[in-house]
Amino acid sequence: MAQVTLGKALNEGLRKSMENDPKVLIMGEDVGKLGGVFRITDGLQKDFGEDRVIDTPLAESGIVGTAIGLALRGYRPVCEIQFDGFVYPAFDQIVTQLAKYPYRSGGNVRLPITIRIPFGGGIGAVEHHSESPEAYFAHTAGLKVVACSNPVDAYFMVQQAIASDDPIVFFEPKRRYWEKAELDPAATPDSLWSARVVREGRDVTLLAYGPMVKVALDAAFASEKEGGPSLEVIDLRSISPLDMDTVLASVQRTGRAVVVSEAPSNCSVASELAARISEKAFYSLEAPVLRVTGFDTPYPPSRLEEEYLPDLDRVLDAVDRTLAY
Amino acid sequence: MSAKAPASSGPAESADTVELVQLLTPEGERVSHPDYDISLTDDEYRELYRDLVLTRRVDTEATALQRQGELGIWASLLGQEAAQVGSGRAMRPSDFAFPTYREHGVALTRGVDPLVLLGLFRGVSNGGWDPFEKNFGLYTIVIGSQTLHATGYAMGIQKDGTDDAVVAYFGDGASSQGDVNEAFIWAAVFNAPIVFFCQNNQWAISEPLERQTRIPLYQRARGFGFPGVRVDGNDVLATLAVTRAALDRAREGSGPTLIEAFTYRMGAHTTSDDPTRYRLSSELEAWKLKDPLERMRAFLGRQQLADKSYFDKLEVEAEELAVRLREGCRSMPNPPTANLFEQVYVEDTPRVAEQRATFQAYLDSFEGSHGGTH
Repeated sequence: MAQVTLGKALNEGLRKSMENDPKVLIMGEDVGKLGGVFRITDGLQKDFGEDRVIDTPLAESGIVGTAIGLALRGYRPVCEIQFDGFVYPAFDQIVTQLAKYPYRSGGNVRLPITIRIPFGGGIGAVEHHSESPEAYFAHTAGLKVVACSNPVDAYFMVQQAIASDDPIVFFEPKRRYWEKAELDPAATPDSLWSARVVREGRDVTLLAYGPMVKVALDAAFASEKEGGPSLEVIDLRSISPLDMDTVLASVQRTGRAVVVSEAPSNCSVASELAARISEKAFYSLEAPVLRVTGFDTPYPPSRLEEEYLPDLDRVLDAVDRTLAY
Repeated sequence: MSAKAPASSGPAESADTVELVQLLTPEGERVSHPDYDISLTDDEYRELYRDLVLTRRVDTEATALQRQGELGIWASLLGQEAAQVGSGRAMRPSDFAFPTYREHGVALTRGVDPLVLLGLFRGVSNGGWDPFEKNFGLYTIVIGSQTLHATGYAMGIQKDGTDDAVVAYFGDGASSQGDVNEAFIWAAVFNAPIVFFCQNNQWAISEPLERQTRIPLYQRARGFGFPGVRVDGNDVLATLAVTRAALDRAREGSGPTLIEAFTYRMGAHTTSDDPTRYRLSSELEAWKLKDPLERMRAFLGRQQLADKSYFDKLEVEAEELAVRLREGCRSMPNPPTANLFEQVYVEDTPRVAEQRATFQAYLDSFEGSHGGTH
């Protein structure tokens, strides 16, 4: 077993999907010769040809709109949106067409399209390169939304997303692209739709996805090291649908939950989790569900992003506040 | 022979180089064109006229059904029959058409039952037909979106290596949309086997063509790197000939063509619209003289291809179709409540399953107190 980065694991997962199914196509800006600005598609055009790894014109609506047409023709396109903040030109095609066409067709049409989006901040980028737009898509019926947090999940989840017959928005934690883990390609993956308890604990449940899983885990280790409260960490993995069974089982045990997410909190995935936990586990709760998120501001200039992004200290502060009830 | 386009439509039409392909004059006189010709059998001429008549009858019946409260809304194609029948008949069954929401004539030529078109406008479905059954996409209401789907589909044909082609329908208003312009770029760059068929009916609801463009629309194609041609959209022979040639070009691997079918929306945008607020009735009167059905009827008579008994029989057939639509529409059932939750996903989510179950339980809770289903 080799150590691979999250980015390389995605690359290997994409390769595997293309080997397994000749209908799988990759399309996006700079995905061919360059291998993508993050090199996630590195070498794929060389091995699978320009017919299957397509450098597209620079227009996101066109990427998703033509992917819909290719899917209608029987193909299984994987679209790369270069950065989170560039998905909005494609928003119309994703929300009005991709999400609704199968429903409108009464089940006659399937659009097995995966839209990969590197998301989140922490890389010192300029504006529009550090956003967390997942709530827009989770809000849209007809789409499924997932986020990987580690190399092993990246490898398996991207293949599962591509194999799914539903349209999936696949978020990749760009600041974690270079983090490494042991990958056993022969392992049996969890369901794409299941959350995972990545660290067991007794006192408070931390809920996170994508880049914030590591922050939550760091907070849990720090708390243990300092003799603080015992924190359970759940990696949601799927944002829509949410695996509420796993979430509720944990919160019913700990009685306290803190959601950690980079996105602004207003009408967010964190809000949805807080609402559902309140509805389903009210009598188990010892305190309100707290949210540690980005602020309800535009993503700031990068010199301020460390203040904007939830970090270990803000998570532990929220843990203290929830325990103070 | 080519004819000058009408000069009455504002600055967009002021270019004196504008030419339009015409094979049948408004008076029903057959004329020739150096680049486009068509040779049809007597039966084929009659069939085209039949398509035009049936298409118009579907349209007038649907408008009446809306007035009677049977449809929530209807988007009339009155005046655009020749553009739709000609282009529709140029396609092979294995080609694929991507319509807007006004392509009732194209639907007819593809063999889609006009009754299923009504479902969308009645509100019993957001779609209504299987797009793969007749290779006719679902009606698309967001303006211009379908041109990208059409382009992607054409790219798929190219990958599959068949000689099928695609027709993407849109209008003069849609020509301003980013998606349409992106579709032009994609199709050109990938040399996709597609025909962009723009029905320029002069009006985007209340906005005249001059609000969408400063040059004739077909001339835009040149900037994207493929040919554009303007055809008399009220001439079914010309729209058939020009679309057939463009499809042949696509099949041969020569890439996209933009066809601008110069026509006129003789009715309102939809049954909810009131065109008296924004256009002069004299404009409509002028276009009535170029009616697509009248010129074909005159041609058939002049050429002695059809006599009174043919026209009478066709009238009976059209009326029978209207009766079938009327009765079929009135008896079209509302979808069952459970349909709310169906086909949102191929693989259902726990959330949808939960909402289906709790909503059903809510409905069932009324049974005891109200003595029936909610």
